[in-house]
Amino acid sequence: MSVSYQIVVCGSIVPDPLQTLEPVIGSSGPALKNESMLPAVLDPWASHALYEAAHLAKAAPGTKVWLLSLGPKAKLQQVMMTVAQKVPFELIALDGPAGGFTEAAETAAALAEAIQSIPGLDRSRLLVFGGWESASRGAGSTMQMVGERLRIVDQFQGVDELKVNPDGSLEIFERIEGGRHQVSRCAGPPALLGWATGNLPEPKNNPQVGMTNMRTIMPALQKARPVTLPREGLTFASVVLPRQLRATRIVKDKSPDAIAQEIVDWLKQ
Amino acid sequence: METILLIAHTEPDGSLPLSACEALAAAKAVAGQLPGSSLIAALIGEQVQAGADGIANCGAQRILAVLGPDFAQARYATDAAAAEALCRSSQATLVFAPATSRMNRMLPGVAQRLGGRVDTHVTGVVTLNAAPAVNRWYYRQRMEAQLQRTQRPWVILVDPGSTAAWTGTPGTATVETVSVTLPSEARRTVVTGIRSPAADAQTIRPEAALLFVAGAGWTKKQADGQTHVPEAEKLIFGFLKAARASLGSSKSLVDLGGEGQAVLSFLSHLNQIGQTGSTPRHQKGLATCCHGEEPHTVGWRFINERRAVNLDPNCGWARGKADVLYVADAFAVVSKVNDLLAGNR
Repeated sequence: MSVSYQIVVCGSIVPDPLQTLEPVIGSSGPALKNESMLPAVLDPWASHALYEAAHLAKAAPGTKVWLLSLGPKAKLQQVMMTVAQKVPFELIALDGPAGGFTEAAETAAALAEAIQSIPGLDRSRLLVFGGWESASRGAGSTMQMVGERLRIVDQFQGVDELKVNPDGSLEIFERIEGGRHQVSRCAGPPALLGWATGNLPEPKNNPQVGMTNMRTIMPALQKARPVTLPREGLTFASVVLPRQLRATRIVKDKSPDAIAQEIVDWLKQ
Repeated sequence: METILLIAHTEPDGSLPLSACEALAAAKAVAGQLPGSSLIAALIGEQVQAGADGIANCGAQRILAVLGPDFAQARYATDAAAAEALCRSSQATLVFAPATSRMNRMLPGVAQRLGGRVDTHVTGVVTLNAAPAVNRWYYRQRMEAQLQRTQRPWVILVDPGSTAAWTGTPGTATVETVSVTLPSEARRTVVTGIRSPAADAQTIRPEAALLFVAGAGWTKKQADGQTHVPEAEKLIFGFLKAARASLGSSKSLVDLGGEGQAVLSFLSHLNQIGQTGSTPRHQKGLATCCHGEEPHTVGWRFINERRAVNLDPNCGWARGKADVLYVADAFAVVSKVNDLLAGNR
């Protein structure tokens, strides 16, 4: 049974993980110091979701992949210059804040509305992908709320693998406790998958794919709908960096035998 | 005045997981600090009596349950329907739950259905200005926030290991069953099984006393100018077996495996700790051949006692982060540790 899908990947931008991050409290609540200056990347788990979507699209001819991204328009444009070279997709951009201190429920409302407004959306072919968490808010709650707003009750989180069975059903491997995977069989779309790392390596940059993608990315950025996320009802009492600094005892001049003995004694305590 | 609901799923035998008793402790603590509050417990599972009996004397005014074969499986549609019914039945304003994979999957969706809000990965709950406040981390454990919400119901998922579990004398609980009528689409998904790692595979096991963190240095050229990956594998396996330790790894080492390079064959993303991996909460941690600065070290932020073996005395992974840094060759040290552990058995 050959099925083509409509895959919407929800994914936003996060500060490059190698950057030093420092919180500041402004008039509208917490943010990152120099947030607009920090280099950004597509969220790591959302990236995996995008690569998995492209992989599935390759195996299911006729499948279309959208990347739905909510973030400051200028930053999105920067990040898309790189992301566009990875896999084919069409961008849907929403112009709004993408920081970790935004409210998941409000983000979910904006994303769900954008998905519902995709022309020709066919629920019987719809797969909504995203990262199971983000590297900013790290809540792991936005996707479920997007799914609820779209009335999708077949939801999976921490997905590492998706297989399409010959009968069109989906076999899904979700991370659970103890390094195990829960295996589920879903009758088919519509379904929502929050991806963990999956099993695919990061695709190499392909300038041709990038050029094709950029033809739709630039218009999408130009017409990005402004979104406000007011953080209604949410108050931050504090946001602090962990200050705990340990007084590390540095052992330089001991033999491996002596160090090993010390470690074994410590393990036994 | 808050109506506080503890919601948890039971194990296949009907008992409660430890993480549920931890969430119960958090819920009880808040109930105790907010005068006039009431505590209700609610369970989901194929059978729940054993779990209900276990918390019969926890002080909950009622114990509700949605039970039956449909609720044995950790499936979004049925779990969400059950949790929604329990929240509505209890008219809860604060909902506490353990942050297990099953609860994390469905409770955010339930909060959406109820018009409430949700906070996950909560590591502490206090009262501030006579209202509840939660602590949680942002940017992958790089900064901690304390926040409050006015919306209700407020669903709070408490991270396992972040609070002491409630303990008390078991009793005989009277369970009020809440009925749920499932629509046909709730059964479109069937859980067909659990895939466990191979018997000899090592993963992050929360119950282990020690987390052994293997860094990328194990696969680099050593003093003789050669890599010694098979020897590294043997040493690490030997240590894990002898110390009954849990195995974590840095992202760089796991990624090398995904890129097809010759690396430690048994590592996968499930071993990854740090910003894009897990943040385990073992009592002790021993990091070997790990390098990197602040963004990379968040993986063992919640390890209580930390030691590291590293050739660089100034390495950001260990200095200021570990209690003890041994400046030595990890191959030599781990080999000796294995000998000592083998001799002691």
